[in-house]
Amino acid sequence: MADFKTPELTGAVTTPKITPGASRHIKQFIAKPELMEKVGFPPQKASDWKEQFIRKMGEVLKKYKSVKVFLDICVRCGACTDKCHYYLGTGDPRNMPVYRQELMRTVYRKYFTTGGKLFGGLAAAREISDELLDEWWVYFYQCSECRRCSVYCPYGIDTAEITMAAREIMDSIGMGSKYNLEIVHKAETIGNNLGMNPDALKSTWEFVEEEIEEKTGVRAKLPVDVEGADVLLATPSADFFAEPHIYSLEGYAKVFHQAGISWTLSTHASEGGNFGMFIGNYNHMKTINKRIWDAARDLKVKRVIAGECGHAWRAMYAFSNTLNGPFDFLQHKSPQHICEFTLDLIKKGALKLDKSANDEFTVTYHDSCNVARASSMGNTPGDQFTIPRELINAVCNKFVEMDPNTTGERTFCCGGGGGVLTDEVVEIRVKGAMPRMQEYKKIKDSHGANFFALICAICKAQFTKVFPYYGIEMEEVGGVHQLISNALVMGAKEGV
Amino acid sequence: MPTLEFEGKTYEVDEEGYLMDWSQWNEGLAGVMAKEDGLELTEAHWDVIRFLREYFEKYQIAPMIKILTKELAKKYGKEKGNTKYLYELYPAGPAKQACRYAGLPKPTGCV
Repeated sequence: MADFKTPELTGAVTTPKITPGASRHIKQFIAKPELMEKVGFPPQKASDWKEQFIRKMGEVLKKYKSVKVFLDICVRCGACTDKCHYYLGTGDPRNMPVYRQELMRTVYRKYFTTGGKLFGGLAAAREISDELLDEWWVYFYQCSECRRCSVYCPYGIDTAEITMAAREIMDSIGMGSKYNLEIVHKAETIGNNLGMNPDALKSTWEFVEEEIEEKTGVRAKLPVDVEGADVLLATPSADFFAEPHIYSLEGYAKVFHQAGISWTLSTHASEGGNFGMFIGNYNHMKTINKRIWDAARDLKVKRVIAGECGHAWRAMYAFSNTLNGPFDFLQHKSPQHICEFTLDLIKKGALKLDKSANDEFTVTYHDSCNVARASSMGNTPGDQFTIPRELINAVCNKFVEMDPNTTGERTFCCGGGGGVLTDEVVEIRVKGAMPRMQEYKKIKDSHGANFFALICAICKAQFTKVFPYYGIEMEEVGGVHQLISNALVMGAKEGV
Repeated sequence: MPTLEFEGKTYEVDEEGYLMDWSQWNEGLAGVMAKEDGLELTEAHWDVIRFLREYFEKYQIAPMIKILTKELAKKYGKEKGNTKYLYELYPAGPAKQACRYAGLPKPTGCV
């Protein structure tokens, strides 16, 4: 394990002592020139990078009016200061949202406001410099774009948008994140974040079918590229690789099978996630999103369903229409979340469930940030909170809630979202997970919780990695459809 | 570019020690990497490495963890054909540490 101290679980989230520079050393790897070029960015910083930087910042401010408004309207009230999980976990004041934003605001004042142009430092305006750029690099990659701070900001200032803009500016001068850009490149050229080619996908999906058959005696199919299927499932490719992700994939397949739904996976659109969003790049986001719409059109499906992935859902729910819409060729005009779809089937009585199959678990549910704060689900506001809980209650006898100050729209980020899920920054991931870990530990101690249910691939990977740092078994991390999969009685077909 | 020296030859690796060109791999390199981590490679470690190489040659990607554990179960029985045992073999995570020893690139994405 890396050389740092894992925060102690005291059972309470307290505001830490301010420690300037506490996480200044934690940096993502910078992408190599070859990779930068492959994704259409300059290979590295040029001698005139400062001019390029300011020019790009001007473009961004013009294109994204919200960013300009956010830079203008902050009154430094301080409501956000103790709301970021990275600040709570490190004590580094640069991880206070207002002070993170200040990295951009100071440059904004210097080059884009009269006061800053005239009075410089007196107006808290700083020239762009190597040192300041390095701070941008560190702290705009220590933001997981989770938007918790924006819930508490009286003006609704969204640090995530500022972070996305900052990353876009850095990419444009030749300074990109290796982790994020490798993924963008694979998603655009191979079709998914892992880089699984069609043969690998097909063989993996067949393996999953065999797994289901072995466990249940029923061969629930994972249909591939089926033209005319009703449903196209776009799910994170992590579901085809990692644990516990794969158990939710088994769950989706079993649900579709039992309800008699004609569905398909696509080798072309084999990724629900969209890292173009994390780097704030419109074109990459559009290119990655387009695969899903091309597959939906080519396969002539009636609806698109998103698997368990927080930011995939945000990209599809909130951005698809603008990027590659409209969806007039679909019978169901907008993408649907798998949780919404499954709950509807349960309510219609299409699935036979045996709750006792999950009796070994006392389940709690962690709201994932992109579902909780950046999108919705179902038909009424707040359904993104109630639907997953209704699902869990339909398949489990023991469900307990964590502190309401840390659930729903106030949920803490897992600490690995927004393009931060990479090993070289494991220290910030472990420390950023601290607030959520405190609450989980608390409910473990008080109610015996032992299953941490999720609907996000990043959350699943992040918690699997950080639980052991806090002395908790990684096996306690799981998916909502994993629980459904456990409880679903196969072969007892009742029909929709 | 960082490098790894072995038997008078220099191999290019990335920031985390993953071989840049998987085709340059040889068994000795796995030993060098394991030694740096303070691990001794047993027959079970080698089974994982060999299986990863074979799978990668066929599909240009590492297999799903579950495929790997199933393969182990075939040879060592159910009590060792699971993720827990894989983590015992490769404490830094089977997908990543074992891939590195096998000369494969690091798996990317939400994993």
